[in-house]
Amino acid sequence: PPPLFFLQVEQVKLLDRFSTSNKSLTGTLYLTATHLLFIDSSQRETWILHHHIAAVEKLPLTTSGCPLVIQCKNFRIVHFVVPRERDCHDIYNSLLQLSRTAKYEELYAFSYNPKQNKSEQVKGWQLIDLAEEYKRMGVPNANWQLSDANRDYKICETYPRELYVPRTASKPIIVGSSKFRSKGRFPVLSYYHKNKEAAICRCSQPLSGFSARCLEDEHMLQAISKANPSNRYMYVMDTRPKLNAMANRAAGKGYENEDNYSNIRFQFVGIENIHVMRSSLQKLLEVSGTKGLSVNDFLSGLENSGWLRHIKAVLDAAVFLVKAIAVESASVLVHCSDGWDRTSQVCSLGALLLDSYYRTIKGFMVLIEKDWISFGHKFSDRCCQLDGDPKEISPVFTQFLESVWNLTEQFPQAFEYNEAFLLQIHEHVHSCQFGNFLGNCQKEREELKLKEKTYSLWPFLLDEQKKYQNPLYNPDLSPELLEPNTVSFNFKFWRNMYHQFDRSMHPRQSVFNLIMNMSEQNKQLEEDIKELETKIKRRNGQSDVVLVKEHQQSAHPAPMALKTPPCFKKEQPLIPVNDAVRTIEGSNTADNRYSEFVAEFSKAEPAVVSLEYGVARMTC
Amino acid sequence: MEFAELIKTPRADNVVLHRPFYLAVEGTLCLTGHHLIFSSRRQDNAEELWLLHSNIDSIEKRFVGSLGTIIIKCKDLRIIQLDIPGMEECLNIASSIEALSTLDSVTLMYPFFYRPMFEIVEDGWRSFLPDQEFELLSSVTDEWRLSCINKEFSVCPSYPPVVIVPKSIDDEALRKVAMFRHGSRFPVLSYYHKKNGMVMMRSSQPLTGTNGRRCKEDEKLINATLRPGKRGYIIDTRSLNVAQQARAKGGGFEQEAHYPQWRRIHKCIERFNILQESLIKLVEACNDQSHNMDRWLSKLEASNWLTHIKEILTAACLAAQCIDREGASVLVHGTEGTDSTLQVTSLAQIILDPSCRTIRGFESLVVREWLQAGHPFQQRCAQSAYSNSKQKWEAPVFLLFLDCVWQILRQFPCSFEFNEQFLIMLFEHAYASQFGTFLGNNENERSKLKLQQKTMSLWSWVNRSEELSKFQNPLFEANSLVIWPSVAPQSLQLWEGVFLRWNRPSKFLDEAQEEMINIIKYNKELQAKVNALRRQLAEMETDDRMQENL
Repeated sequence: PPPLFFLQVEQVKLLDRFSTSNKSLTGTLYLTATHLLFIDSSQRETWILHHHIAAVEKLPLTTSGCPLVIQCKNFRIVHFVVPRERDCHDIYNSLLQLSRTAKYEELYAFSYNPKQNKSEQVKGWQLIDLAEEYKRMGVPNANWQLSDANRDYKICETYPRELYVPRTASKPIIVGSSKFRSKGRFPVLSYYHKNKEAAICRCSQPLSGFSARCLEDEHMLQAISKANPSNRYMYVMDTRPKLNAMANRAAGKGYENEDNYSNIRFQFVGIENIHVMRSSLQKLLEVSGTKGLSVNDFLSGLENSGWLRHIKAVLDAAVFLVKAIAVESASVLVHCSDGWDRTSQVCSLGALLLDSYYRTIKGFMVLIEKDWISFGHKFSDRCCQLDGDPKEISPVFTQFLESVWNLTEQFPQAFEYNEAFLLQIHEHVHSCQFGNFLGNCQKEREELKLKEKTYSLWPFLLDEQKKYQNPLYNPDLSPELLEPNTVSFNFKFWRNMYHQFDRSMHPRQSVFNLIMNMSEQNKQLEEDIKELETKIKRRNGQSDVVLVKEHQQSAHPAPMALKTPPCFKKEQPLIPVNDAVRTIEGSNTADNRYSEFVAEFSKAEPAVVSLEYGVARMTC
Repeated sequence: MEFAELIKTPRADNVVLHRPFYLAVEGTLCLTGHHLIFSSRRQDNAEELWLLHSNIDSIEKRFVGSLGTIIIKCKDLRIIQLDIPGMEECLNIASSIEALSTLDSVTLMYPFFYRPMFEIVEDGWRSFLPDQEFELLSSVTDEWRLSCINKEFSVCPSYPPVVIVPKSIDDEALRKVAMFRHGSRFPVLSYYHKKNGMVMMRSSQPLTGTNGRRCKEDEKLINATLRPGKRGYIIDTRSLNVAQQARAKGGGFEQEAHYPQWRRIHKCIERFNILQESLIKLVEACNDQSHNMDRWLSKLEASNWLTHIKEILTAACLAAQCIDREGASVLVHGTEGTDSTLQVTSLAQIILDPSCRTIRGFESLVVREWLQAGHPFQQRCAQSAYSNSKQKWEAPVFLLFLDCVWQILRQFPCSFEFNEQFLIMLFEHAYASQFGTFLGNNENERSKLKLQQKTMSLWSWVNRSEELSKFQNPLFEANSLVIWPSVAPQSLQLWEGVFLRWNRPSKFLDEAQEEMINIIKYNKELQAKVNALRRQLAEMETDDRMQENL
């Protein structure tokens, strides 16, 4: 059925974000129930999902019309100029309404219909099975067991129902410990390292204040250290800066007193809180969005934003954790304040460095399901899925993806997945198109009946996994334990994330795509060779009758040389926006902007202003 | 030979070599006239390090008891440490290295002693001759001529003996123009854009001085490159301010009144010690592993290196744009026309001309636009990032050019026949080499040194198939288009292959690179096999058909 447009405005201009000469495309803007669509005069479509819209801004009226700037959560920024102010006002108001959702049930996921039948939908949700994952890690075992304490979300609402704890941690200890922890998030198993018999555990901060203690909590930690036969000492990592943790004591919260807990080594690792991260990203985006940016403004802006410093802090924390496990065989308990932001970052990155399974496509999905979704990272609040408190928004998950990207840059053969996979996940964390990331915790998700009413993202990604495969992946060449170099110069600005939609900034030819196509083509060629060899073999020893038949079939012999690489044509895009935009090469719209030139010319040489830079169309 | 006098201790045992990311190795150190040689004593995995003295940028010594330590910092940015037992040995070795790495006389340099161990297939000294270049040009246009006016280097000491100039300008006029240009560097042809017949010329600044001197022949010369009714652009690589100040010293720029058909654009590209300091700061920042993120970023910023890259690339893009997009001819110059001018003219050619993106084409570009054009390599590359000498003439002009090429290569990884290694190799040889190619400051000096007779050309070595294979880009697919790089700061990157080369382990990156090459090779093999099988099958079918018909 044709999409329903409830608003359509002609003669809208789409400005080039970085052009200083107000270069633009003219076309028609449509609003549907779910998307904003712009079709320019050469029939190119730009789709923007309403849920992706982070902010809409109406700028002061100009002679050519009313400018409207739309900022998206996937860092796309579009700048429209609408000829009539009233139309602009209508679009603005509609977008404000459409992009702000009050109820979960109004999110796209509840209306999205990918033409799957019921059983496919159910099977999709069963693709990632966390019980299976704990089994893979080697639990339950002699020291660790599944606890039913939270079966009905009675002890901790934001934890999953199924939790693994040391066998020696009895229910009273669990209950007692949970009462001494923020939001009841008591220490539980996040990852078990079979070889070292060491565990990564997670929790929230203790309610220790200045002097409070809790015997059950102390027991709980003791149980964790005793569950590790290789090292009786355990590390307690408070991922916050020391100052923040100390300030929390005044509010009756705080951190573990080493005197009260036997055999612990306490360590602060200094990752900043969600508010610092939010404003850091804000600053980063301000810098990277500047027109005619100089190198020094870019670098000092990058520095002032602190963004890369934060990414390094997260990765440094993960490296600290991994060393404790890999070198000392010690278990580690990780927490921050509530144990759902920094704790999720550090636990999941630690596991990723320790266990190559999480560097596979399926394994990465499992990791996200486990440490982020099931343990209650507040996706809804952090990604602003519903209209809510803007102070709850924070790019914590984006930082996790960026840390992983950094690792893929350092270890190009260790990951089965590629950058596009990380970008696609980022896209869907914000798209609200699938049920996985909706809500803030498992309890909430169950109440929303997401498994019946929405679809899981993972089977869709798996279906098109060819797009996400790293052609250089070679698990045999890559160590099980990754030891990343975290010297500052290894951290780079992630252009493909923050300028994903600014094509002119990307390399015009992508080595990566080329190699990906080539290794795909190699598989096809191997098949072709097999087929040809059988044909030749058959021909060498066959009767005349068969010969005539075959002859007729091959009246048109295949061309002598392969021309077009196969594959990468058939996929049906998940959402229409991406595919058109991700192809970097062969674009004939994007411009190179030697912005200064244009300024230079238009200032000094008014006679010459028609400076259009056609882009070399690449053959690869 | 004098070298023996400089070597007091030719050999030391039990020396320990330290390099970042490698285990320390014990071995023997030997000094020869041109090399420092370290060989490990381990029989199983004997390792040798040969270091040219001329590659040594600076040397420091330290003592703890009788154990001496020498820290050697090389022009290719590598740093090694040698622990030498015995104070006297250590002192002797240090002073020998110091003396041998700072020889004044060019004729004592290694290229004059080097005897190649390979068979010379093609004499590199004769690989890129101006006559051949001109022949190519003559096949597309007859508006230019080869002038031998500088045969004895008598008109312009920094120009080659033959230059290409407009046909309509005779040698007498050239002589007058030479008087009007700094260092006599009169405008000559740098590049002819076949697509539209537009040209790029280069020169030095005109000597207008404060009273606005003019030279009719100069005006005539550059106007000769314009089509009727068309405009040209003069790209002055200095800011307007600097250009104006130059007038006080007798220099200056082309005044609109005398060059009405030309539009002048000023671009500010730095030169000399500003660049050298930039390099020193950058390398210092890259070598310090302890920097926190803020410090690293602020040091990277303070070095200004990437700013210089952006400025140079932008000016080159502008020149290319004037030629290709505006259909206008261009004249590029700064002050002397030997540094920023050459960066701009050579990069513009890489953007515009696909042949410059091949290995041979790039070599030819380096010969034409850098060596023959009189970039003073010997002065500029006398010292590198660890230099303390702070001489005004030392500057990484050529390294910046190579870095800019690398930036374009990164953005168009399939459009170049050569790879990053090729650029790194040129960087190394520009600073220290067994070949004579980069010796001297211009063709005049090179001819006086008789380099062609007495030394080997770098190109003789590079252009052998064994060597070439190392420098070939497996992704290369000839691209006949103009390639416009992005100069946005987000698109420019630190050249890790040069600046972080010795500062981080590269095992995983190297392996990935190898895997990539394997995939490409395998693809070619498979394609060939499929084609062969198809042919075989087709032949069988034809045979069958013929039999049927019989």
